[in-house]
Amino acid sequence: MNKMQKAIRELAEMDEMAVRSSPVHALHPLSKLIATVIYILVTLSFDKYDLSGLVPMVLWPVLLFQLSGIEVRSCFYKLRIVLPLVMAVGLFNPFFDKTVVLQLGSLPVTGGVISMLTLMLKGVFCLMASFLLMATTPIDNLCAALRMLHVPKLLVTLLLLTYRYVGVMTEELAVMTDAYHLRAPGQKGIHISAWGSFLGQLLLRSMDRAQELYSSMLLRGYHQHFHYADIPPFRTRDALYMAGCALFFLLLRCVRIAQILGGTLVR
Amino acid sequence: MIEFQHVSFAYEKNVPVLKDLSFRIDTGEAVGLIGANGAGKSTVMKLLLGLLEGEGKILVDGTEVRRDTLPEIRRKLGFVLQNSDNQMFMPTVYEDMMFAPLNYMLSRREAEARVDAVLKRLHLEDLKHRYNHRISGGEKRMAAIATILAMEPEVILMDEPTSALDPYNRRIVIDTIRELEQTKLITSHDLDMILDTCNRVILLSDGRIVADGTAEDILHDRALLEKHRMELPLSLMGRQE
Ligand SMILES: Nc1ncnc2c1ncn2[C@@H]1O[C@H](COP(=O)(O)OP(=O)(O)O)[C@@H](O)[C@H]1O
Ligand SMILES: [Mg+2]
Repeated sequence: MNKMQKAIRELAEMDEMAVRSSPVHALHPLSKLIATVIYILVTLSFDKYDLSGLVPMVLWPVLLFQLSGIEVRSCFYKLRIVLPLVMAVGLFNPFFDKTVVLQLGSLPVTGGVISMLTLMLKGVFCLMASFLLMATTPIDNLCAALRMLHVPKLLVTLLLLTYRYVGVMTEELAVMTDAYHLRAPGQKGIHISAWGSFLGQLLLRSMDRAQELYSSMLLRGYHQHFHYADIPPFRTRDALYMAGCALFFLLLRCVRIAQILGGTLVR
Repeated sequence: MIEFQHVSFAYEKNVPVLKDLSFRIDTGEAVGLIGANGAGKSTVMKLLLGLLEGEGKILVDGTEVRRDTLPEIRRKLGFVLQNSDNQMFMPTVYEDMMFAPLNYMLSRREAEARVDAVLKRLHLEDLKHRYNHRISGGEKRMAAIATILAMEPEVILMDEPTSALDPYNRRIVIDTIRELEQTKLITSHDLDMILDTCNRVILLSDGRIVADGTAEDILHDRALLEKHRMELPLSLMGRQE
């Protein structure tokens, strides 16, 4: 099995995770979606030097991992390709911002280092939250929830098709990489001189397949309207969950838990 | 049921792929559309389904295939694609089978009853909740046929239904096709399969119909088949000198 085929399997496993049963899975997709969006907004709103304020935000994902039975390990494993990218965002801050804000023993900690860590954590937290949403909610239900929020039909359909289409593209990529390596034994990766034609081919091939897939949908009566799975009605516990989460995030945002606990890191 | 009247088609200008095609298929017939690679078999299917537009007239049940009649026409035609991977796009077999009935406004319960009936009929109950990416090629082909049967079409179109199948799965697919009572149009160069499943054969060569007759007659005609780059069905090889 080559790397790409593995990636396909992992993607498909998200679907399988999403249909497990747990208190989190049972929640209404709309309440999960909104809670996640609020979480991400609150996380991003922290000041770039407010590392100690940000850290407690980890509580929510940790709690969700516990309640949903999704393994933390599988989260980081599946995100291993994106995580470094997100982490790389703050990598240059230490070079630009050299004001010392803290002295750890004899080691001076600069503002750049703090803001780098803050940025990295923000990225990781947001990724974890999105992952948890996807891992506990089937994509169809998520799309149904988006429709309830009156997100335009076209956008939602696009999201759904992209989700399915990524699989098609990776499959084509898998076939092509195998074909390439069979004729270029011992070579690591794809030689840069072949990138252009390789990408072009990939695009053409996956477009052909996407076209066929789309035809197959049209021929089976599809007309710009997906029949998403019936989702149970929005119940009191869904509203409670949503409100509870929102309150919890605001609490973390406004009250300096870290300070109350006496563990002042910065300032 | 299906009628082509002087149909021509070209993908690129000045490179005609189908040239003045006319034929008629009556309700209940099982027709094999045969021809070498590139003869234009798949193109015939796509024109009939309105995925391509050509010159001439195509009628289904007396209604002309046009943009505005497509929904009505497509409802009557069930098309099994050559590549099942391109047909199945929902995560599970069950969801894929539900897709068409739901689009045709059946309630979830009615749709599910239909899906269960089809699965039972094809002895595929075990596949219902399997994931499409975890089933074998043979199972996938059968699942693709099942998704089309769940539409309850009047005509079944199949593009090379036995391609890339091992002998065991090929046999299962052939037996299944034989048992379908709908009007059938099947393209293939697997002539043994055509002999087993069709009573009439249309031979396409270079975009033209070069023969149209009973499966017995055409598939026994070694000279005709060889002239158009095909061979006698294996099962008939021994019987001729
Ligand atoms: N999308 C396309 N663009 C241009 N030419 C095509 C396209 N699809 C098929 N053709 C050409 O049309 C001819 C008939 O193709 P097709 O109907 O697929 O043949 P068959 O199914 O009998 O093998 C072939 O010569 C093929 O090269
Ligand atoms: Mg073909």
